[in-house]
Order: sequence, then structure tokens, then C-alpha cells
Amino acid sequence: MHKQSLFHISKRDALPWYQRVLICGGAILLALIVCALVTMLLTGENPISIYGTIFYGAFGTARKSWVTFQNLAVLLGISLAVTPAFKMRFWNIGAEGQVLIGCLATAACMIVLGDKLPNGVLILVMLAAALAAGALWGFLPSFFKAKWNTNETLFTLMMNYIATQLAAFFIIIWEVPKGAGKIGIINQNSEAGWLPVIGGKQYLLTILVVAVMTILMYIYLTYSKHGYEIAVVGESQRTASYAGIKVERVIIRTMVLSGAVCGLMGLLLTAGTDHTLTTTIVGGRGFTAVMVSWLAKFNPIVMVFTSLLLVVLSRGASEISSVFSLNHSFADILTGIILFFIIGSEFFLTYKVSLRTSKKEA
Amino acid sequence: MFDFASFLPRAVMQGIPLLYGSTGEILTEKSGNLNLGIPGVMYVGGICGVIGAFFYEQAVPAAEMSALAAIGIPMLCSLAGSLLMGLIYCLLTVTLRANQNVTGLALTTFGVGVGNFFGGSLIKLSGSEVPSIALSATSAYFSKSLPIAETTGWFGQVFLSYGFLAYLAIVIALLASYFLKHTRAGLHLRAVGESAATADAAGINVTKYKYLATCVGSMIAGLGGLYYVMDYACGVWSNNAFGDRGWLAIALVIFTIWRPNVSVLASILFGGCYILYIFIPTGTNLAIKELYKMLPYVVTLVVLIIVSLRKKREDQPPQSLGLAYFREER
Repeated sequence: MHKQSLFHISKRDALPWYQRVLICGGAILLALIVCALVTMLLTGENPISIYGTIFYGAFGTARKSWVTFQNLAVLLGISLAVTPAFKMRFWNIGAEGQVLIGCLATAACMIVLGDKLPNGVLILVMLAAALAAGALWGFLPSFFKAKWNTNETLFTLMMNYIATQLAAFFIIIWEVPKGAGKIGIINQNSEAGWLPVIGGKQYLLTILVVAVMTILMYIYLTYSKHGYEIAVVGESQRTASYAGIKVERVIIRTMVLSGAVCGLMGLLLTAGTDHTLTTTIVGGRGFTAVMVSWLAKFNPIVMVFTSLLLVVLSRGASEISSVFSLNHSFADILTGIILFFIIGSEFFLTYKVSLRTSKKEA
Repeated sequence: MFDFASFLPRAVMQGIPLLYGSTGEILTEKSGNLNLGIPGVMYVGGICGVIGAFFYEQAVPAAEMSALAAIGIPMLCSLAGSLLMGLIYCLLTVTLRANQNVTGLALTTFGVGVGNFFGGSLIKLSGSEVPSIALSATSAYFSKSLPIAETTGWFGQVFLSYGFLAYLAIVIALLASYFLKHTRAGLHLRAVGESAATADAAGINVTKYKYLATCVGSMIAGLGGLYYVMDYACGVWSNNAFGDRGWLAIALVIFTIWRPNVSVLASILFGGCYILYIFIPTGTNLAIKELYKMLPYVVTLVVLIIVSLRKKREDQPPQSLGLAYFREER
């Protein structure tokens, strides 16, 4: 007799939206319960007060809320940047490097030209430099991918470390004071090249820029000809070239755009909020952005919520770590758990699992 | 003067964790799974070994420790931890057919988080009195080398001065190479990685091969983390000290064009690149050293490009690398 597995798995047709929301919501709920259990085991606190602490850590004071929204803006910005490439099925995991090289270009302009140009011109030069640097970091892997089908995942991964070491190299060249091994705050006295502060709130500019970017990216991907071409190339390169789309050009153009937006985020990080350059300034957000973008199914509006979920969780987890004097990597564990659940729930959106009804042998 | 006799052993010690990582990742990738979670797996392998050794050292005074338990407990813990990571990855990508890149990155976030969290909080959580995690007694067992290493001059220093895990790494790499090239199961595994549908049609159990290859691969990679803390770092866990070695292991997979036997020498080369900056006389110019650290990544990039330019069939990545397999999809 032929052995059959207990379950039969088949592809589903498109689900109505409320079922999608139900499945995703269920997964997030389950994940939050597991997170609470893990936290309970480690701290001995009851789950309700754990989520109280998480909420307090994210929104407890005005200052905490600002930091949360600033973190949200940065993560969302980088996620937006990687999205066009992903939609094209170009697995760019080099956002980390693309942002960092943008930071490096910005810092270079601030340090070298800081006292030579008027502030307005300087900021324009910085903007151009950051965009160009990010675009270059996006161009290289896409060029080789388009011409010789070089594996882009591994290419962009290596580019991250090249950017990191370049940054490390220049940090030592520009270190203040000599031998410190770090740059410190750039142009602390003259504030040359610092982006303007809007309404007395240091983080507002970044938040506004990213908000505008979210809408623009949504329009670009949904309503523009470019966006359509990206979607077709992502679905099937053969269909695209048959329909007369120049696949190579679309790949390179999209990655240059992707890299340039990453460079812009680098500008916002270095000139807008941090005013310095370290090799860890991006802090792994280039990788988290990949997951944010993918979880939102490349929809910029949904990305606001996925990045909010991750940012609130990680801010809250830091709060828990501080309260119980535990290590701050606790946030990474919780993030990991949430991601596993959402990634797993994806399966139930695309496939239907049914118990195999036992068929009598004829 | 460039001091080879002291450079080479250090390059080897740097290379061994990479060798474990790359051997594990090659096995995994041959089944068509691109496991970007290897950095996380290696962290977990390291920290689980540390946790096992920590509790053993707490329970038993150093004088009464038996060599078998001192080595066996951390090793089993490490294997179990990395096996669990491999299972999470397989469950998500093979059974639930999730995207491999995203799953791998999530696994890395999780694994590095677990490593740093328990590394930083183990003492607090277990309520013990020690100031920091320094498992010198356990480490002594792991890094014990042959007694003749000290009496045979430069030969002993270069070839015989390592702990047993270093030799185990080389043995595993050679075995993996033999397995892939010369056994039927190895052939089946490669078939699964090249074209899962074809393998399935030929009666090969795709799911079983993917699970086994990925889980065994994870366990091998986890040993790399164990070697790093117990032997290289002398039993001292410090957060983020393992650094980007996991990614470098993945780079090594490309560099060796998916061949574990080549990896034995290539890992030493990479290890050498990693520490070359210490041995190059640059005087006071510290900045140049940072550029030397870029070397392994640039070299990998060049190899990646050359391999794709030459388009030689034997040198290509497994054809269905990164793709989930669903039988009813045509």
C-alpha cells in the first residue's frame, strides 16, 4: 500500500482581506504571548506588568516617545529604500553598507569643507555626496547582476564590510583627539553642516522627511511606469523582456535608486541627529529593514506598522533589561521570536492544510 | 622580518571557526538552503557550550573535574543548541516554505541576541558570586595539545600546537568533501540542491535530505562557536567578541566554490588575512591596518565575480539555492 502523509497541502486562491488580517493578527498575538512567557521565565514578573513596562519604555515620557518615533523613522526609511529592489526579487542585504557609506560621505563633506563653504551650499554638497555614495554602493552589485548574473545576496553582503572598513579607515584618519580612535561630535562649535532643527525638536526633520518618502514611494511603486516595470521583472524576467522591458536597465536603475535612498538615510543619521560617524552607526537596521519590508509584502503603508511593531518591542525590551539589570540584547531575542511567528504565518496565507480523508482501496 | 612560525599558528586558530562555519554552510547550501542564519547559529553554539560548562564548573570543584565530562557537557550543549537553531530554520523554510533570506536574517538576529543576552546575564540569572564568565578549567581541557608539541621546535609549533577541536574541524571538512563527492547519499543531496523537482521524481525524499543536511550543517557550524570561546578565547565570553566571523564563513563558502576540502587551506588563508594587520609593520599609521582588514571581503568579492564571469558549470552555486520546493507547483 502506498504511504500517504496525514495532511494534504494545496495552494489557496486569494484570501479575503479579513481572513488575512485574522491570520496575521493571530500570529502576532501568539508571538506576543510567547514573548511574555519567555520574559516571565527570565524575570519572574507577570505578563501584564511586562507589557506595561514595554509600553512605558516606548511611550512613557515625551522624550521616550520622541526617541521611539525617531527610531521608527530611521528603520522605516531604510525599509522604504530596500523595497523597490525586493519587489524586483533582487535580494539586496547591503542596506547596512549603503547607509553607512552615505554617512561616511556626509561626514567627509562636513569635516573637509566645514569651514570653507556657507552652510546652505555645504548641505547641498553633502546631500549630493551622500546620494552619490549610496547610489554607487547600489550600482556595483546590480551592474554585475544584470551583466553576468552574479549572486547579489552575497555581493551586497561583502559590500557591507568593505563600507565598514572604509569607515574605520577614515575614522582613524579624522580622529579627534589623535589616538582616541573615534571622531566625536563633528563641528561641535560651528555646527557647520548640521541639518536645521525644525520647531525646536531635533528629531522632527527626519520624521517629516521619512513621512514624505513613504507617500512618494507608495505612489512610485503603485502608480508609476517604473513601479509597474519593477513588479513585472519581479514576477518573471522572461515575461518582462518579452513585453519589451529592458530588464538590465530596470535592475540597475532600481538598485541605484535603492542605494541613493539609503545614502539619504545616512545623511539624515549623520547630519540630522547623531552628528558623528562610527562603524556601528547603522546598528544592524539595514538587516532589520529587509524583514520589515518583506513582512509588509513590500507595501510602504503597511511598513509603517511592521516597523512600529519592531521598534516599540525593542524599545520596550531595553526598558525591561534596564529594570531587571539584564543585558540589552533581550530586545533581539523578542524581535527574533516575533519574526519567526510572522514568517511562519505566511504559510497559512498561501497554502491550505486539510486532513487527508482516508480513501478505501477500490 | 616576517615571523612565519608565530604567524601561521595564529592564522590557523583564526581559521578554524571559519572552517567549521563554512563546512556546515556548504552542506546546507548543497541541499538548496541558503542559511544566512549561520552567524546566529555560531553564537548559539558558543553560548550553549558556555552555559553547559558554567554550570558544570559551578557544581564540581576544579580538582574533581573529569576530562570526559568537562569536554562532553559543553560539546553536547553546543550541539543541542545549534541543532535547535537548524530545526527552527528547517521548520520555517522547508515545512512552511518561508523565504530563506528573511528567515536566515531573523535567525541571525535571534541567535546573536541569545548569545549576547545570556553572555551578559548568565551570572545574574543563576545568582552566583563570580565576577565574570571565565571558564579557564574547561578551556584547559579543550586547548590541551600534544605534549610533544613543545619539544619539536617550529614543526610542533606550526602543526601540533592546537586543541583537539582544530583537528576535528579538518577531519569533518575532509569527510564532508568525501561524502558529497563519492557517496550515493551525497549525490542525492546534490541532486536536491540542483533541482528538487527532478530529485523528487527520482524518488529522493526531498524534505528528509533538506532537514538532515541543514541540521547537521548547523551543528557543525555551532562547533565553530564552541571552538572560538573554549580554545581561542580561553573560555572567556565577551559580548560581540565573535564579531563578523559568521559572515566571513559564508564568504568562505563562495571563495572555495562549495568545496569543503579546499576550505581547509582557504580558511587558514582567510584567518591569515584577518590578522595580517598585526604582523605588517605599518609603524604608527593605524589607519592602514583598517584597510588590511578589508582584504578577506575584497578577495571574496573578486572570486564571486570571476566565478560568474567564467560560467563554468562545476563552479556555479547549487541551481535551486534559495528556493522553496512545493511539489504541486509547476
